[in-house]
Amino acid sequence: MPEAAALHLAAALDGAGWHPAGWREPGARPGDLFTSGYWADLAAEAERGLLDFITIEDALGLQAASRYGGPDGRADQVRGRLDAVLIAAQLAPATSRIGLVPTATTTHTEPFHVSTAIATLDYVSSGRAGWRAQVSSRASEAAHFGRRELPELRPGAPGRPAGRADPVVADHVAGLFGEAADAVEVVRRLWDSWADDAVIRDVPSGRFVDRDKLHYIDFEGRWFSVRGPSITPRPPQGQPVVAALAHGPLPYRFAAAAADVVFVTPRDAGDARAIAGQVREAERETGRAGPPLRVFGDLVVFLDRDAGVAAGRRGRLDHLDEARYAPDAAVFTGTPGQLAGLLLEWGEGLDGYRLRPAVLPHDLEQITRGLVPALQRRGAFRAGYPDRSLRERLGLPRPASRYATTAA
Amino acid sequence: MTGPVEASPAKQVILAAHFPGVNNHTVWSDPQAASQIEFASFEHLARTAEAGMFDFFFLAEGLRLREQRGQIHDLDVVGRPNTMTVLAALAGVVTHLGLAGTIQATYNEPYEVARQFATLDHLSGGRAAWNVVTSPDAFTGENFRRGGYLDREQRYQRAAEFVQATRELWDSWPAGAIAAGPERGVFVREAPPGAFAHHGEHFDIAGHFTVPRSPQGHPVIIQAGDSGGGREFAAASADAIFTRHSTFGAGREFYADVKSRLARYGRVPDELKVLPGASFVLGDTEDDARERAHHIRRQQVSPQTAILLLEQVWNTDLSGYDAEGPLPETDPEPAAPSIIQGRARQHADPMETARQWRALAEEKKLSIRELMIEVTGRQSFIGTPAGVAGQINRFVQQDACDGFILVPHIIPAGLDEFVAKVVPLLQERGVLRTEYRAGTLRERLGLGSARPAAAWAAAAQPAARATGSSALAREEQVHA
Repeated sequence: MPEAAALHLAAALDGAGWHPAGWREPGARPGDLFTSGYWADLAAEAERGLLDFITIEDALGLQAASRYGGPDGRADQVRGRLDAVLIAAQLAPATSRIGLVPTATTTHTEPFHVSTAIATLDYVSSGRAGWRAQVSSRASEAAHFGRRELPELRPGAPGRPAGRADPVVADHVAGLFGEAADAVEVVRRLWDSWADDAVIRDVPSGRFVDRDKLHYIDFEGRWFSVRGPSITPRPPQGQPVVAALAHGPLPYRFAAAAADVVFVTPRDAGDARAIAGQVREAERETGRAGPPLRVFGDLVVFLDRDAGVAAGRRGRLDHLDEARYAPDAAVFTGTPGQLAGLLLEWGEGLDGYRLRPAVLPHDLEQITRGLVPALQRRGAFRAGYPDRSLRERLGLPRPASRYATTAA
Repeated sequence: MTGPVEASPAKQVILAAHFPGVNNHTVWSDPQAASQIEFASFEHLARTAEAGMFDFFFLAEGLRLREQRGQIHDLDVVGRPNTMTVLAALAGVVTHLGLAGTIQATYNEPYEVARQFATLDHLSGGRAAWNVVTSPDAFTGENFRRGGYLDREQRYQRAAEFVQATRELWDSWPAGAIAAGPERGVFVREAPPGAFAHHGEHFDIAGHFTVPRSPQGHPVIIQAGDSGGGREFAAASADAIFTRHSTFGAGREFYADVKSRLARYGRVPDELKVLPGASFVLGDTEDDARERAHHIRRQQVSPQTAILLLEQVWNTDLSGYDAEGPLPETDPEPAAPSIIQGRARQHADPMETARQWRALAEEKKLSIRELMIEVTGRQSFIGTPAGVAGQINRFVQQDACDGFILVPHIIPAGLDEFVAKVVPLLQERGVLRTEYRAGTLRERLGLGSARPAAAWAAAAQPAARATGSSALAREEQVHA
């Protein structure tokens, strides 16, 4: 078991919640999903519950019922999203302690823009920024940019073996993660490209910056080259927190090479131990230096004071959606107290959990008002926010710049 | 106008607050000057502008640090935040002020830019504006996937097509597409929503857009450019034009010219606002204001900056010269590779500029620094609050412009005095609101509702044939 008090908790925010029919629940606010007030209320609730951070989902295409497919004809599910980085930016001045971790895609975007956007999020939040780096594998999203063609990932595409056995798919996915690793490398180099003390404002010499403390990053890779330095000075955390969601060895290696935090999807306590082991193995394989990955288990949660009510709610929503909800992560239904027990039981090898509320704001409120007090009573969660920066909260020291010279 | 007339309502003055940029206009050496990067500075200027009933806040963009003589330019303020991120953060800090940002068309794709501005428009309740610029140089392109280089003609065709594709994306969700009706289980009225297809010379894109139609429909489009090509681009595709013409005479000519271009695109004069960038210095008396203006000019042109400004005309290394001494006897070298990177050349004919400067320096016995103070970047309005209010109003009432994008010289307090002293005088004259009414930025600027992308495209067709793309190619403008 990890130090009980060291349990970390995050909430994953997406639309009206993670269940596709969640928006139809009483108390949901489906008409407000594209307003600032909706997001501000959710962030305030998460901060009242002392959560470490919130993540905000995003993608460069519409949601779809199938994980592989493009847009579909489902008019009964939430469709449409705002840009997650900008939602996070708006939340920054309205909050004071909670970490803000928006999703931004690595596949079609410019690493330079991502780097300055997250650095700026770190400025506007005074050191609470993170970035969940996500690949875009869908051919339909590539067509939104018209710069390259991606193969269809639909399993069993005509004339091809299914899934990972398909060499086209395997190559494609490996390429996406290779590009993502390069993108994170560029973003991180740009964050380091200004020394912390580069701005000197030296009136006698007329110099605003010491240009010897600004560094070209000169990255050249298969997908892009970037010269640098950044246009934005080094952010308050030095390196904002980078996170990745991972379901297997390839993304574990990506996370081990590029990220600070990895979100994983164990099915049970044994699986959690096994996955943690695979993550550590990936760290060894990639020669990871510095602090080990912070491993967060992802769980979709239906929470009510009565376990039967939670299970009934899930059943009702599945019925409305005309499908058994089967996401990539395990689904928990029960009381906040039961969930507290489960989190502690699965805890070995995990640093914390990223909980995905099935219905917003209901299941988020159950987390902040039910689960958090339950964990606190067991001495397994903080009673306040002692730390200012997100890195500090996760026990990650503020790193020196890779370009810093030790000779002073 | 002839004879006594019914008091027709005076034209309203449009005011915008430009966050000071990364050039020598911004004085960082002053004890009052604060961070160019901490959010508190942006918040201060935005709150000040909102207290002054301004129409919008304006933030430029940087994508590559400037270089001169092959080294990063270190004499001016260096370093900027990401434009969109700051504007989104400000959306919750100010409640009425519009939020305008420069975003390059060259190093972005329509899908992302459309997403970001539509998002900002939702988060701000209809206050987003995009200043479209297009960069000329491969130098900046070294930071981006697509590299930089496009010849000039291509660049402006691409920019025009970029704006068109972006508008098509904004139109892809009809108003009221979201039913969000749990009883009948209908979230979107048509599935999948947001279908679009744009097959053009520069963009061949199709699929579904993720952001529902935003409160303004189309965020306000600003275009920065003074050349014939820039004017035509603005007449064909912009809601406002950000110009450098800040003198009365040149302003009236410019104003009449751009407004006259609108008819061929089926537009009326009120549909394109002319907004020059302008700086100002206030004093208790005219003399006091002039003295303060001179003091600021000396701060803006340090000895080191004077040499660099001169180098931008001479196009050669002049670091061996004394700023307090006379001009070089050698001539400019316009044919040599440009010594400045990441910024537009400011002087079309360096030999002629050098000749004029020599004559002026001899006549007035000016050192290099004194000359640079004299010939570069004079403030637009210098005077008492009443004098400046009067000038601003005269420009607007007599059609030299529709308002100003004010560029203070100090971060972040450079607008405080203007808001305290000039704004009340404009309000007394009835040309500036005394409170905000509900509504979008587009409505506040009197632009009417967004014209559909298809209508823009149709209107641009005959004109594109008439003027040809070479007009666009003459454009030479960067707002780095």
